[in-house]
Amino acid sequence: MRLNETYINAAVLIGLLVVPLWAVMVDEPFTITLATKAVILALAAVGLNLILGIGGMVSFGHALFFGLGGYAMGILAYHAQTFTMLDLGLFSTGGTKMMPIIWLVAIAVSAVIAFLMGQLVLRTGGVYFIMITLAFAQMFYYFSISWSQYGGEDGLSIYVRNEFPGLNTLDPIQFFGICFAILCVVLLLFSRLQTSPFGLALNATRQTAKRVETVGLNPMHLKLVAFVLSGAITGLAGAMFADLNRFVSPTMFSWHLSGELIILIIIGGVGRLMGPVIGACIFVVLEHFLGGLTTYWHIFLGLIMLAIVFFARGGVIGLLTGKEGAHV
Amino acid sequence: MSTILIVEQVLNGLQLGVMLFLMAAGLTLIFGVMGLINLAHGSLYMVGAFAAAAVAGATGSFLLALMAALGAAALAGVLIEMVVIRRLYKAAHLDQVLATFALILIFSEGTRWVFGSFPLFLDVPDALSGPVTLPGGIEYPLYRLTLIAIGLAVAVGLWALVERTRLGVQIRAGENDREMIAALGIDISKLYTLVFALGAALAGLAGALVGAIQSVQVGMGEPVLILAFVVIVIGGIGSIRGAFIGAILVGLTDTLGGVFLPELFKLFMETGAAQQAGSAIASMGIYILMGLVLVWRPTGLFGARG
Repeated sequence: MRLNETYINAAVLIGLLVVPLWAVMVDEPFTITLATKAVILALAAVGLNLILGIGGMVSFGHALFFGLGGYAMGILAYHAQTFTMLDLGLFSTGGTKMMPIIWLVAIAVSAVIAFLMGQLVLRTGGVYFIMITLAFAQMFYYFSISWSQYGGEDGLSIYVRNEFPGLNTLDPIQFFGICFAILCVVLLLFSRLQTSPFGLALNATRQTAKRVETVGLNPMHLKLVAFVLSGAITGLAGAMFADLNRFVSPTMFSWHLSGELIILIIIGGVGRLMGPVIGACIFVVLEHFLGGLTTYWHIFLGLIMLAIVFFARGGVIGLLTGKEGAHV
Repeated sequence: MSTILIVEQVLNGLQLGVMLFLMAAGLTLIFGVMGLINLAHGSLYMVGAFAAAAVAGATGSFLLALMAALGAAALAGVLIEMVVIRRLYKAAHLDQVLATFALILIFSEGTRWVFGSFPLFLDVPDALSGPVTLPGGIEYPLYRLTLIAIGLAVAVGLWALVERTRLGVQIRAGENDREMIAALGIDISKLYTLVFALGAALAGLAGALVGAIQSVQVGMGEPVLILAFVVIVIGGIGSIRGAFIGAILVGLTDTLGGVFLPELFKLFMETGAAQQAGSAIASMGIYILMGLVLVWRPTGLFGARG
């Protein structure tokens, strides 16, 4: 079976839109929540796919940005719901319940941290990069546990979902619509980026950094820009994920989440536009159905992952199109 | 802040350090010889602890429990090496991360399935329980002192193994040029299995020894695994000497930071805020240490390759 990747991509997006709409008609709000979860996880993994799939940087700490986004939402909404001021040293401000503002803050915070962190982690490569990104995420994990002002280990609950002008975010399908629209925008950005001079240069950096340097480009700058973009996208997804659950806790920084984001990409196909989306859908479906059958569903997830590593190098898209895809 | 407290905390730091060394030595050996990044190393630690707890529960003998831990972890190591790990030596790091992450899921859920979610308890043997009085009138738990002694003994033993035996020569040769030693008639796949089993047994031993002072539960290996990663990144991946120095540094930083940073902050902050800020920074201390080392030397203190 050899399918054209464009058709697969279109089919996935349409499917992801049709399922929740069908759920509205048959009144199954939980299915919409599952679809929203898949969309948000996909968004987070698209961010990671940018550096992992195109840039060849295996970040094992992307939960860091997911958690930063989550806490950006949690802290802003917490101050808004308790009517307290957020003291930022130089000035203090009230919280906010407006999603667009929260998203901007989540993106900005993640981008700044990614920029600072990139200065250090991008000096390393290979196994060191994997481990140092992991360690950075762990650092924030332990920090969030010991920082009791925002709930510490127990996390922060936000009682009412944040607002979006003109929409009722408490209605599951409307919240799904917001998330889906953002995913589409980011996917469009990703596909434009992939074929842009920047994307091509980044791809070349993954394959042979020396040659990129020889033609006069600075691989370090390319990687840093990609790393910042990647962190910002995953941070945005984190803010939306926290809004979906109306809850944020240190587990958003946990290394299981970093691992899961990598798994999503591998299941779908590394470096593919829709790889993370397919991976996220399959992951959420597996989690729901296998998790319903047995509490030990992680055993099966583990076996599936082993099968993918050994027998399906290009993930689902690789299987369907017969092309292996990017080597990382 | 008394001298007694400082000595106690330094000993606690050393104890954490030598136990981390048992984990890190296996990890770094496996990476150095086979080029493999093994996330499932923490699972072997857990296997050792559970085997020890089960055998100690059945027989009441701590020595038998330790032997069971060594045996079970080595056996689990050989098993996963032959079934899974062996296919990963030539694979990309991404595949290694993914496959060994999958092994963690299988091991953790499998253990939960067999033993349940409740922690098991492994008691410190009677002969080693209670405090001893050190010179200077400091009372310190005998068991923790024993851990330090065992850790140091293993470090010396490993050094002798790698530097002074035929197997050690093969291991070092395997790090430098695997084709060449295969050409010299050494069964490389047997050597790899042996090295993996050795690393696994060390992890299992650490799990059993630490299991007696903490609870034995699913997921106990993961925080230790991440600390061991920090250790080998600081020491330089592939270097046993680096693993030892890194482990002691991490053990001391983690233990002393948690005690002394809040005290330090109290000098210029009010007590409550100092406690809060001090413990928050201390929890990040080893990662800050790692960052500083990597800025100075991107491949760690004794590392040659990346």
